[in-house]
Amino acid sequence: MTIEIKKESAALVVKVTGRMDAVTAPEYEKKVNELIAEGETNVVVDFEQLEYISSAGLRALLATAKRIKGKSGNILLANIKGGVKEVFDISGFGTIFPMHDSVASALSALVG
Amino acid sequence: MSGTFNKIFAANLDKLDEITEFVEECADHFGLEAKQKFGLLVALEEAFVNICSYAYPNNGGMVEVTCHADADADSFVLEILDSGSPFNVLSLPDPDISLDIEDRDIGGLGVYFIRRMTDAVSYHRQNDKNVLKLVLNRTS
Repeated sequence: MTIEIKKESAALVVKVTGRMDAVTAPEYEKKVNELIAEGETNVVVDFEQLEYISSAGLRALLATAKRIKGKSGNILLANIKGGVKEVFDISGFGTIFPMHDSVASALSALVG
Repeated sequence: MSGTFNKIFAANLDKLDEITEFVEECADHFGLEAKQKFGLLVALEEAFVNICSYAYPNNGGMVEVTCHADADADSFVLEILDSGSPFNVLSLPDPDISLDIEDRDIGGLGVYFIRRMTDAVSYHRQNDKNVLKLVLNRTS
């Protein structure tokens, strides 16, 4: 898994490439928690290049979402598709996370 | 796919990539469709992580995986074996997936995926081992 971070005016865009599994998900959680600790309140997670996710990945997403919500912030997800989408649908996570078809759409929702 | 493919791994999360790669190769050999393979690999990870976390409190255990096609070659069968204390992961209840993000307890989601990502799943004890059997039916 690799994580790329890009600063946009409305939010920080976190692009995750590869696998979010039991081994790699803690890296995501640690990184995003650091960003939240630095004061970020709006994060868009771009899953365009995410190949795989398991319950460990969802657990990490949930942990960061709870943390940012505690600071009145938002985590929005973009570009969820294929097998990853099925994992979201089956788990019910598809209904608890705001999901967008593109990063641009997520960013404009934040500017709203 | 003819024959049975079998491999033993240390019950350690460091081996997740290796066990995934092995089962993925077996699934490709069988010709499992991409969507099913994704589900199979999620179910495998959930089962493997569970064994790594709970089966061997004193570390040092092994996980054995066996892949084969059923007699008609209509189904892909993955068996995951461990030598821990008798434990049926399928005895765990499903999570409440309707709860709001604030109230959600993530526990139980792994076994939920094991059930939902497979066409059939069963547990039995054999030769003092826990055997979790996952079956995916060929769709084309």
